[in-house]
Amino acid sequence: MDARLTQFTTVASSPTFAEPAVKLRGFTRSFGENTIISNLDLEIGAGEFVVLLGRSGSGKTTLLRTLAGLDPVDGQDVTVPSSRAVVFQDARLLPWKKVWRNVALGLKGANARDAAQDALQEVGLGHRLEAWPLTLSGGEAQRVALARALVREPGLLLLDEPFAALDALTRLRMHELVLSLWRRHRPAVMMVTHDVDEAIALADRVILLDGGRIVAQERITAARGAERAGIAPPLRQRLLSALGGTVVEERPADIVALHAGHKAGARP
Amino acid sequence: MSVLKQLTRTLGGARWLSPLLLLAVLEAGSRTGLIPERTLAAPSKVLATLWTMTVSGELTANLYVSFLRILAGLVIGVTTGVVLALVAGLSRKGEVAVDPLMQIKRTIPTLALTPLFIVWFGIGETPKIALIAFASIFPVYLNLYSGIRGTDLRLLEGARSLGLSRAAQVWHVILPGALPALLVGLRYSLSISVLVLVVAEQINASAGLGYLINNARDFMRTDIILVCLMIYAGLGLAADGLVRLIERRALAWRPEIVTA
Repeated sequence: MDARLTQFTTVASSPTFAEPAVKLRGFTRSFGENTIISNLDLEIGAGEFVVLLGRSGSGKTTLLRTLAGLDPVDGQDVTVPSSRAVVFQDARLLPWKKVWRNVALGLKGANARDAAQDALQEVGLGHRLEAWPLTLSGGEAQRVALARALVREPGLLLLDEPFAALDALTRLRMHELVLSLWRRHRPAVMMVTHDVDEAIALADRVILLDGGRIVAQERITAARGAERAGIAPPLRQRLLSALGGTVVEERPADIVALHAGHKAGARP
Repeated sequence: MSVLKQLTRTLGGARWLSPLLLLAVLEAGSRTGLIPERTLAAPSKVLATLWTMTVSGELTANLYVSFLRILAGLVIGVTTGVVLALVAGLSRKGEVAVDPLMQIKRTIPTLALTPLFIVWFGIGETPKIALIAFASIFPVYLNLYSGIRGTDLRLLEGARSLGLSRAAQVWHVILPGALPALLVGLRYSLSISVLVLVVAEQINASAGLGYLINNARDFMRTDIILVCLMIYAGLGLAADGLVRLIERRALAWRPEIVTA
């Protein structure tokens, strides 16, 4: 039940999952002269919940966009499932379509509306089928975006800091929602976040990205919930120091000084 | 409070007062002979003529002819503008091909083409409709093109990430997003087309509101002229009202910025 810290740039595929849904080998992405990602190897098993942790500029959003098919692959070794869906930080609902039509966007077949209705009921918005998106709150809009992503049963669900814009209480509820949806539909999930606590709470595996490389990985085998709370503090400390920060005090509610070079106990 | 004060307070906010006073002054001027009828007919005479012409069917028949002209011109012009904007807006090659021609077209005053159109199309219905069509192309083109190019990229990415084809992206994201701009262009086209109608109808008019005006001019019937002017104004208002109605239905999803 321990979490093990491994400093890897290559990843052995996890024995629990049969064949990888996502596979990258030697992936590099540069924009002009800047190399955002260099020589990355990554595997995500079918149904695995992976969280990509890193600060701004670490390349995590670039990696997500490539996996989502939004940036070109240019002949590199990238294997992704054909059915993918993305939930962005902003819900990106089409304001001129009612909520159920947004969820049903791109769905073919006569029962698209029923599928949309079921998906919305799963996220607790079954009563808002006919609402206009601009009348929704931030949390509601993100839930619709989640429904929209999951209604098409994707093989890979990509989440780009989806709860960063929400208040703390809504965020906790969204964590529960994502987990229950994941357990029901079982897509492979890759979530990008900068929030260490979120990563620890949700992930099967946490991958730390810094400067376009994987600097650390943690597989968390403890069950989510109370069991994880027990192993969380040392894990959190290890992740934060791998990110280049220093935990000033061990209580989770404290603000961490993320300036490299500060000694433990020093105030910023 | 005295009656006078109360009266002044009520009338102080009445926007209908000054137009009404103006009409009263004109009426008085005509009745006393200060304003001869050949210069400007009295408001009462104008209303009476309006009534007579409506009852006799003369106004209705000519209004119908004018209305058909403007409708035909608009259908051709607006359709052309929309098609050109789609071609130019949705592809780089289309933009390179179409936009320079449209910019050149814009610099040509439509009404200056009247003699050329008469040479090409004669003096029947065709040059009138052609002038109206030609004038209504550019406002629709410019606004729809701008609306298409101004599509919110984040929404487009959201649709792409769901696996929508390019055609589906155009239909579900780009076009509905460009609709407000299209409606603005449509309003401009409508008001321009009424103006062009007025001039086009001066070309050898044998029917229509312009014909009525030409006849009235020959006989110095200012009351008929004023009736036709009112009808032209009414056409413009009706056209604008139609677009506002479309806006209210098609853009119901937009929250109100200004409270009622």
